[in-house]
Parts: sequence; structure tokens; C-alpha cells
Amino acid sequence: MDTSPALLGLIAEGPTYGYDLKQRYDRVFAGRRIAFGQIYAALARMIRDGLIVALGEEAGAGPARKRYEVTAEGRRHLEDWLRTPDVPSPALASNLFAKTVLALMLDDNADQLLDVQRAAHLARMRELTTLKHSAPLLERLAIDHALFQIEADLRWIDATSARLTDMKKELSADG
Amino acid sequence: MADLATTAPLIRATGLRKSFGPTEALRGIDLDIDRGEVVAVMGPSGSGKSTLIHCLAGVLTPDAGDVTINGTELGRLDADARARLRLKEIGFVFQFGQLLPDLTAVDNVALPLLMGGASRRAARAESYAWLERLGLGDQGDKFPGQMSGGQAQRVAIARALATRPTVLFADEPTGSLDSVAAESVLETMLDVVREARTTVLLITHDPRTAAYADREVIVRDGRLSGSALVGRS
Repeated sequence: MDTSPALLGLIAEGPTYGYDLKQRYDRVFAGRRIAFGQIYAALARMIRDGLIVALGEEAGAGPARKRYEVTAEGRRHLEDWLRTPDVPSPALASNLFAKTVLALMLDDNADQLLDVQRAAHLARMRELTTLKHSAPLLERLAIDHALFQIEADLRWIDATSARLTDMKKELSADG
Repeated sequence: MADLATTAPLIRATGLRKSFGPTEALRGIDLDIDRGEVVAVMGPSGSGKSTLIHCLAGVLTPDAGDVTINGTELGRLDADARARLRLKEIGFVFQFGQLLPDLTAVDNVALPLLMGGASRRAARAESYAWLERLGLGDQGDKFPGQMSGGQAQRVAIARALATRPTVLFADEPTGSLDSVAAESVLETMLDVVREARTTVLLITHDPRTAAYADREVIVRDGRLSGSALVGRS
């Protein structure tokens, strides 16, 4: 999963502290725990790239805390990421999962994002099927393997499409 | 007219709506299909997929909108004229159970040709040629019960193509076959239809089957979604 855009998505929900960001990340992307070191490295990169800004430091009882807020550039970057289909690959599932969850939380069009990804998957299946037609048997088997994996993703896309409304309810209850 | 025939889409559906009682099965569908295109029609059950296909084939009359096939507006035809158009322009292949069990493969294929007025001899010769094209050159004298599922589907495809329809509606044509047999039937079918430039609507819920088409349209809640969105961002 792409950690940076996922964090950016969580910041886009509303200004947040590094500590809260980690809590939210661990809860939303259940099972994909992230270390504080990774978070602060990602935050530094995003500040450098102008995607977020650090708001004034707040001195409290403990060490100074910074709140992070998304910039207009950051929002554009996030929208591009959400709306660009991924190349079908074994690493895709978690990325698509993150995009779907964030699209729901940010009231973006999750349905459309799944449609775009479905179309990208079907297009890739078409390419592979065309290749397969003239391929020797061994290659056909290799292509079959790729086709079955893409098909598994598609099933997940269809199952998720059918459950978007319920997912949205659960996420708003959680937030 | 020659220009029109080459540039206009072979099938054009505009503003199709159809309800069954309170249920809106189609809620405004626009679809163009070019001559020679192979288009997969996908969608979950209950999406309106079957209603769309039945409207495109002139089996159902839409409440609103119209379908034009090869320059003929279906809405302007009475039931008889629609039935004649179906016989002339459209071939159908279903999932299974479409061959007559008491006729040999070659006689099954010859049947629509005989109904169209061909002589028995010409019809059988033509039918053997179609069976040959579908890889069944030596199976013509077998009865459907003596054939595998994949072979029987090839016979059904040969029969649907024998009348040289402009459009072939193939509804889950390999739905009852295992994946290796399905693959072989689809590859053969697609080779033959592409060579004949037959336009095909391949109705399926299976993405592996849909991948044999040039593009897909996805019906959901009575509307088209999916491929129309590609390229938009």
C-alpha cells in the first residue's frame, strides 16, 4: 500500500496531530500498522513537496505538538491518486482498499473509482487474452495465472461495490 | 446510402426505458455498436442486462426510446415484421439445451437453412462447411447426446451462424462448460465471427469470457456504467 497518499487522505479529513494520525491509520487500515518513524518521515516529505503544512506549534504540558493540514496542492494530488486506476498486480488489493476507504471518508465518488478500476482490469484481461490466443502452451499457463489473479481482484471490486453504503455507515460511526 | 451503411453504427439504442409494473428495469440507455464489433454485456443479475438484450433483439418493446438495427427502426415495425427481421438479421446462442436431440449435428445446423428455403442438399453441404469451420468436420453425423458439452455448443454456434446473421446474441454461450472447453469454444467462435465480420453481443457475468470481446458495457440499476468512464479523470 502507498503509505504517503493514505496519510495525506487522513489529513484531508481535517487538521490532525502526528499521534492522532497514527491512531487513525491503525484503526482505518486495520492490520497495516505503521511506525511513528514512518509517519514523521512521510510528513516531512509531504511538507517539502507542498502537500501539507505544519500549523503553529502548540506548547502544552508535554513536548510541542504540530498540527498538519492539507494544502490545495495536496488535495489535487490526493484526487489524482484516488482517481487513477492501478496497474493490476499482487500489490494492488491493499492500495485499492485504501483508496476505497478514503474515497468514502472524504465523500468522494467511491463507486466511480471502483468502476474505473474495473475497466482497467477488464482492459488488461483483454490484452492478456489476445496474447494468449497465439501463445505456446507453457506461456498460456503463465497468462492464465495472471488472468485468475486479476479475476480475484474483480470479484473483490464487485463485492465491495455492493457494500459501499454499509461501509460508509460504519466509517462515519467510527470517525 | 453506401456511406451511411459504412459509417452509421449497426445497432443504435437511444433513451431506452422499460418498466415491469413498479420496477424500472431500464432507466435510459444509449448504446452504439459498430458493425463487426464484439461487445461483452456484463452486469449482476437483476441489473437490467436481460431486458436490454431483449429490447435490442426486438423481443421486448421498450416503453420509451428506440432501437435501430442495420438502418431499420424496430419501433416502426409490427410484430410480424419484427419476427422476420429477427430471422434475417439475428442469430442466438444460449447456455445449453438448444439442439434438437433427434436430429444429427448436421441436420440441426441445416434446419434454419431449410426453413429459409434452401434445398436439402445445399443446406447439408453448407452445414458441413460451418461444422468444419468450428472444428467439427468429422462429427456431423453424431446426435447431440453423443457429443460433449463443448461440441454441442459448437454445433449451436454453427447453426446460429449458418444463416449469416448480421448480429449474433450469445447469452452465456460457455456457461455450462468447464474452463478449458469454454476457452476452446470461445476462441473458435471469435475466430469465425471476426472472419465473417459478424457483430456479436456476448452476454456474460464472467470477466474471463468478457475478455474475448473488443470492449464491455456494464449494466447496473438499469443504466450503463463502466467502460464509458475509461479515460475520464
